[in-house]
Amino acid sequence: MGIEEKAGTEADLRVRIAGVEWKNPVTVASGTFGSGAEFSEFVDLSRLGAVTTKGVANVPWAGNPTPRVAETYGGMMNAVGLQNPGIEMLCERDIPFLKKYDTKIIVNVCGKSEEDYCRVVERLAGEPADMLEINISCPNVKEGGIAFGQDPRAAERITKAVKRHARQPVIMKLSPNVTSIADMAKAVESGGADAVSLINTLTGMKIDINRRKFVLANKTGGVSGPAIHPIAVRMVYEAAGAVKIPVIGMGGIQSAEDAIEMILAGADAVSVGTANFYNPAVTMEVVEGIERYMKENGFKTVPEMTGLVR
Amino acid sequence: MAEREKERVKVLSQECIADGIFSMWIETKAALSAKPGQFISMYTQDKSKLLPRPISICEADAGRGRLRVVYRVTGEKTGTEQFSRLAEGDGLEIIGPLGNGFPLERGVGKRVILTGGGIGVPPVLELAKRMDCREKLIVAGYRNSQTFLKDEFEANGKLYISTEDGSAGVKGNVLDAIRENGIEADVIFACGPSPMLRALKAYAAEKDIECYLSLEERMACGIGACLACVCGSKEKDSHTNVMNKRICKDGPVFLSTEVEI
Repeated sequence: MGIEEKAGTEADLRVRIAGVEWKNPVTVASGTFGSGAEFSEFVDLSRLGAVTTKGVANVPWAGNPTPRVAETYGGMMNAVGLQNPGIEMLCERDIPFLKKYDTKIIVNVCGKSEEDYCRVVERLAGEPADMLEINISCPNVKEGGIAFGQDPRAAERITKAVKRHARQPVIMKLSPNVTSIADMAKAVESGGADAVSLINTLTGMKIDINRRKFVLANKTGGVSGPAIHPIAVRMVYEAAGAVKIPVIGMGGIQSAEDAIEMILAGADAVSVGTANFYNPAVTMEVVEGIERYMKENGFKTVPEMTGLVR
Repeated sequence: MAEREKERVKVLSQECIADGIFSMWIETKAALSAKPGQFISMYTQDKSKLLPRPISICEADAGRGRLRVVYRVTGEKTGTEQFSRLAEGDGLEIIGPLGNGFPLERGVGKRVILTGGGIGVPPVLELAKRMDCREKLIVAGYRNSQTFLKDEFEANGKLYISTEDGSAGVKGNVLDAIRENGIEADVIFACGPSPMLRALKAYAAEKDIECYLSLEERMACGIGACLACVCGSKEKDSHTNVMNKRICKDGPVFLSTEVEI
């Protein structure tokens, strides 16, 4: 309190992402928060800038065989394989649930073909979702997904196709498993993306030396958690330097300090992912910590901090 | 608003009760509502190990706000090894109780087999203490003659034992003990490794009796969000909308006929 009085500033946490105003720059990474319902016991969803739902496809997907997760040093690996209940159930159950809270709704969309993505986006046109995030970067499904996320031309093409059907602003979620994240960001920007989010997980592998088998049934999985945070910061910096559209930064954020680092590197907003699994209330700590940092350092708005370190 | 949170609890005691098997009592609010078959997520102090370890509840003393976990140390430098080094007065972070417990009401007035194998033995203790049935038949399966919790089981029902090496009770697994002792029951409640549960599922189908199984799988969140710990289900699940169920949230206890294991 003393610092607040001394600085005499009120921190305004609001951010505007592709025309949509969030009350603060914090959302959650798709797949780490269910549809929000599971976490509503642990956090007040109305205190989040936005809730990003688990990826949804045009039809239900059963996902990969188990084991689907493994712990890694300072992180984890998953190969859930985008299990989801399908767009109809999301519209009937999950969106109405989230509408009860004062937060923005970002629906993450996955698909195996251009048509799949477009059908989901079309179905969402009349729904009260505020933004769409298109997952072209899941490393855990064999077809689709990543196929669009590792080639700039394919990424640009799918962005254009989705944009033709979308009523809401489109965020393209990028894979770190590429040679140049800047090229990928530029490609989706020229395809008409309204924002980019990054990074998705890094493809990894873990072997059980006693059983001499892969730990995950899928052999490979996406590595996430604090261990990948420096990589994410670097990639957010590169992407933010390459495009004019907003950048939502994610990858290993487990504290307000990590989130602020991402913002200083160029992120307009951040997503907290894996940390939700081991600290269900982490998002509240991040929101509070960002506000505290702003007051202590005399920042009145979040955009003042975005990309400050060049 | 947030109704649940990670809780910092106090360790009341820690004891090694068999090779690699530890018994720890903690003081926690979780004891107030804990039911047999539920689990708690236990967090290590080691920041390189992020995920909680799901540990089943062995005993819950609501009156005194105490909960007991009996767990196996899975190896050197593991999270469970760290737990085993905690002593009276130390702190520990947990979330719980999580999951659904065994449906105790299904045993009322019946002949019931309560069975656990390996590190699936401990949750059977609170189950045995709370089960109000006509005949309580406890079948505990161990690796060897280190039959931890044996006295406590004997105080709560008729105990049968199996050991893998034959050093105590019937040589073999819990199903061998059930068959060799000619144990008959109307309902089975079981917790243990997958091969044991698969065998019991088949046995229950063969005998046409009701059977509840407590499953385990690698988990991440423990609260039903990440979809890591799923098992196949017989019917389309109403939550996931596909043929699988979340072990942490919808289970860990399932009717044997509703899951594919």
